[in-house]
Amino acid sequence: MQKKYKSDFPLLANRMDNDKPLAYLDNAATTQKPAVVIEAVKRHMEYNNANPHRGAYTLSADATGIYEDTRIKAARFIHAASENEIVFTKNTTEALNMVALCYGMEKVKQGDEILISIAEHHSNLLPWQRVAVKTGASLRYLYTNSDSEIPAEEIRTKINKHTKVVAITHTSNVLGYRIPVGQIVQAAHAVGAVVVVDGAQGVPHMPVDVQALDVDFMAFAGHKMYGPEGIGILYGKAALLDEMEPLLLGGGIVEQVTESSACLLPAPHKFEAGTPNVAAAAGLNAAMEYMQQIGFDKIRETEDQLTDYLLDQLRRLDEVEIYGSRHYGIAPFNVRDVHPHDVASILDGGGVAIRAGHHCAQPLMKHLGINACCRASIAFYNTKEDIDRLYDSLKDVRRWLGL
Amino acid sequence: MNLNELYSDIIREHSISAHNKHHLGTPSIVVPGNNPTCGDEIELELERDNSIIKDASFTGIGCAVSRASVSIMIDLVRGKTLEEARELALIFLAMLRREELDEESMERLEEAAALQNVANMPARVKCATMPWHTLLKAIEQLEAANFHYYRRN
Repeated sequence: MQKKYKSDFPLLANRMDNDKPLAYLDNAATTQKPAVVIEAVKRHMEYNNANPHRGAYTLSADATGIYEDTRIKAARFIHAASENEIVFTKNTTEALNMVALCYGMEKVKQGDEILISIAEHHSNLLPWQRVAVKTGASLRYLYTNSDSEIPAEEIRTKINKHTKVVAITHTSNVLGYRIPVGQIVQAAHAVGAVVVVDGAQGVPHMPVDVQALDVDFMAFAGHKMYGPEGIGILYGKAALLDEMEPLLLGGGIVEQVTESSACLLPAPHKFEAGTPNVAAAAGLNAAMEYMQQIGFDKIRETEDQLTDYLLDQLRRLDEVEIYGSRHYGIAPFNVRDVHPHDVASILDGGGVAIRAGHHCAQPLMKHLGINACCRASIAFYNTKEDIDRLYDSLKDVRRWLGL
Repeated sequence: MNLNELYSDIIREHSISAHNKHHLGTPSIVVPGNNPTCGDEIELELERDNSIIKDASFTGIGCAVSRASVSIMIDLVRGKTLEEARELALIFLAMLRREELDEESMERLEEAAALQNVANMPARVKCATMPWHTLLKAIEQLEAANFHYYRRN
């Protein structure tokens, strides 16, 4: 059954330089693209390309149609109340920076507290560090315990009347641990703080309902959910987007401009100055359709089984140390006495692609007491054979280094 | 990628050997080097005797390639003048940029020539070059100190 998905992805059929087939296990970094997505991008460029929202001719209307249809699909995908709560950005990083600069910088004052978790990707850390430094607010952290989970006690004590923003990841890009967003939202809203969620590792792998979760902002990216790079999404509650000023100003966002003033369009359009990446939107549109055809029930079932198998195989190797206790699609580990970069190179020699390094989460590395680690991350198109090949290559790592 | 090219005997041996990994008793200079993308962090220590690098060592953490590279480099520059060490570093860095080098230059690199194949692995080039960039930085700082010393007198 699983083989069926893999054949939807042309790149996965390619052989590597050394003629080895590819076992792609770096899906938390970016996912591969199914043929329907590649075809949608091509079709847009061949038949529908024009500047959206501008030309008074059929082609421009077609481009606008694709772009706005993607917005509607994205709103439905995360159960937003309206497509007007969907702002297109270039990626998750831009979306998170937009919240920090356009909301955080305006609303956070000296003496306030911004709360993030120690497991944040740098893209949900650096923007808030800057807000804290520039406003005189303090940046506080929710720390993970020895099981690499954030205990309820930590949430209870760190969220207080000074907290103005809680910015947290939905699923840690290193640990694969799902943060209890619901609990955090409840505690944050009780003190009047807004909650910003980095959904980059969550939205591609499980149904996310922004209304049920009651999050105020959420960011995610097309390229981690089988779409192209160059398109990300910032979800924001309508009332919050309305009071925010755009990060960028320029074409396509105004009702009227005079020599000394400008009247901007309402959200989401006021946030999207300049010609947007319509081809990427067309690809993301096809990616969401593709995922919905398969269905999250099937995606989750497959990914949960693969995650269990991945961890079972890693645990069979005495020289492998796994970090964290509950993993969703992501397994961080190290091989005893071997630097992660050497592990990645040796695996690469066997056609197995994993990530090695600090994973843009240096404070988390320090918290875990390591310098860097390896990370294998799966998508539903992976197979047990991919994981078996990871296991086989890992077995040889120490021997290659003469250990 | 051919792993035998990357993890050759010389590289493997130097990556395991710790004979250059320690502090010096009286270093003239200690210079940090790091690769931000992978988290490699070393400190290179040099002890000079006038224009000669009397001794060198390193501490820190890194992958097998960077450990081998720094260890081979230290063996090579120990006892050389600052100027000779600079020339060797420039030859090494040119080799990793896949520039054509004459036989004499390659011979001057001695064991460091074993790292030539790393140039074919873009993901690992920085692991090999980081120690040599650190050496150049150290030489530059030693020479700057030299300049002030002579000026004061």
